Amino acid sequence: MGDPAPELGWVARELSEDFPHLGLQYLALSAQPGPSPEPVRRRLGALAGRLSGGHVVHMRQDPVPSAYRVFWRQVGIDPDTVRTPIERIALDRLIRGGLPSRNLLDDAITIATLETGVALTAFDGDLLEGPLGLRLARDAEPLGGSGRPLAGGQIVLSDAHRALAMLGGEVAADRCVGPSTRRIAIAAVQVKGVTQISVEEALWTVADTVGLPGELPSERW
Amino acid sequence: MRDVLEQSTAVAGKALGPPLEPRPAIQGAPPDERHGRRSLLGQVERLESELACLFASSWPRKGLELSVPGRGGPRLLSLEELEGLRDDLVERVDHARRSLSDRTYLEERNRRRIEEMLLEPERHKWVRIGNEDIGEPGCRHWHVRPRWGLLGMLMNWWRVLISSGCPLAQGRRARGDPEPAT
Repeated sequence: MGDPAPELGWVARELSEDFPHLGLQYLALSAQPGPSPEPVRRRLGALAGRLSGGHVVHMRQDPVPSAYRVFWRQVGIDPDTVRTPIERIALDRLIRGGLPSRNLLDDAITIATLETGVALTAFDGDLLEGPLGLRLARDAEPLGGSGRPLAGGQIVLSDAHRALAMLGGEVAADRCVGPSTRRIAIAAVQVKGVTQISVEEALWTVADTVGLPGELPSERW
Repeated sequence: MRDVLEQSTAVAGKALGPPLEPRPAIQGAPPDERHGRRSLLGQVERLESELACLFASSWPRKGLELSVPGRGGPRLLSLEELEGLRDDLVERVDHARRSLSDRTYLEERNRRRIEEMLLEPERHKWVRIGNEDIGEPGCRHWHVRPRWGLLGMLMNWWRVLISSGCPLAQGRRARGDPEPAT
């Protein structure tokens, strides 16, 4: 059986006008959150061992991390204040001296991000409605079903009905993966300079680490 | 290492002041503005890449100002904001490039001076140059000192002492303490 093809998300017109290469892809996984098994912990440890100070300093010149830095800057984020996902993980590794295991999903995302540099976000798949995409938030629109109100114009990951997460930041508390989650939707934001193969590799790495690919409820997707 | 990675953040925090309020979205820019926006986004891309190169080139030097404040994102910036961002990046890249150039010039002079110290220590009495002065990591330093103390000073016998590196994290072992297992 081959690897499942990721679903292609939508991008709002005003965003794609400025960023024609911007995209979102996601994959549904049947998996239960929980502690990481020993092989995943070992893999995380091995990756932490590969990250030296020099590597981290020069990371921002690598194609994929650099692509995210550029995009962060273009949408008004200072990448030295709000770090891109891979830089955040790398900096954590330097500060803590390692990458401690947290849980299977977080570890899988850390592994995939370190290996590919791609920005990934996970949601509880059972709570999503319709295909995922990127758009601008409406004025005072709540984050998730009942989260804090967003300022109009902020770039958000969204399903057909509501904003699920801020780009590169906060995920709605009522849509993120929790102990009762049975299906996970893992989404990758693709920006200019990030190849399709990197995005697929990132999604498959999470799928391989977390469990078998599954399907989200068809009646809602 | 943390100092290097966090230095720009700390400075950015100072420059930012209170967090910027996100502004309304740019809804469907007119075609003539779209071209300008694309061009500015391209310039921001090039300048940010240049800034990243300068950051990597400047390591392990400290104190080089490389931060440009954010604009309250993630959101679409207006044409004026993109111009402002581009101008800030140009200024920062230009400043960083000049600072780095000045530093590397001094470092080159210090490297030459170390060679001269090694050849003729008596002409560089008491001069001390560290790794930081030549843009390298570590604590090694070259120090011109008299051989045999006062006698060397009187006889003009000078030599260069090269330190063995950074001090041990745990300090020197007290006399009589057992040697730590390796």
